Amino acid sequence: MAMTEQRVSYTLDSSLETIDRAEEKATRIATDLGFPEDEIMQISMAVREGAVNAVLHGNAYAADKKVTLAFEQTGNDLVITIRDQGKGMDLNKIPNPLAPENLLKTSGRGIFLMRSFMDVVEIRPSQTGTELKLIKHVRGAAAGGEEASQ
Amino acid sequence: MSMKVASRQVDGVTIVDCSGRITLGEGSVILRDTVRDLLSKGNKKIVLNLAEVNYIDSSGIGELVSAFTTTKNQGGELKLLNLTKKVNDLLQITKLYTVFDVKDDEAAAVKSFK
Repeated sequence: MAMTEQRVSYTLDSSLETIDRAEEKATRIATDLGFPEDEIMQISMAVREGAVNAVLHGNAYAADKKVTLAFEQTGNDLVITIRDQGKGMDLNKIPNPLAPENLLKTSGRGIFLMRSFMDVVEIRPSQTGTELKLIKHVRGAAAGGEEASQ
Repeated sequence: MSMKVASRQVDGVTIVDCSGRITLGEGSVILRDTVRDLLSKGNKKIVLNLAEVNYIDSSGIGELVSAFTTTKNQGGELKLLNLTKKVNDLLQITKLYTVFDVKDDEAAAVKSFK
């Protein structure tokens, strides 16, 4: 199925339920767009990890703070944006989870997994929260049978 | 599908059959409570059978690491059995495959304990 210009967005509470809903929506949209099964898993997992960061680390489950989740089809890209209203993060303080001294840490792998699974991961901290942009290029069947140009 | 666990004893080794999802929230808590309960009762040879675990997120990975180190710190051993491809791939890309003792045969896993 070829992608067309479309955008859908959701405003969600800062709850565990939001994380599951975000994952479900990512799975459904990636499936509808014709991504292969392994890439559907990658996209849904990246969105889940992004939602975890927004709910847990960004908004810290605050009832008055929302998470905005948007899916956009632009040309040969699926662009996913997740925004929170937290205090932002210091990207320089994110340790490398593959470093020997970090291998046995029980957290700190979310952004690494997103970067492993998506073609582009952009994190923009701001005074009003953090904006995470995840991009997956459409290839093969999802691009209507043609390889997407890079 | 949320996570379910069932424990059984085989030649002094506790096999924990896990099924469902190990993710932030209930799944991670169930795994944590199960391992802590086993250790508190003196069961220090533990195999997590993940054959029916179809999904795991970074929190679930962290919980596996926590279970591994908690068991080790109490003088025990925790091994993983029957990884699905998804879980196997995750442990590979996070380099945790080199940390865990991963088995694909239950009898061999049981025998491997000292």
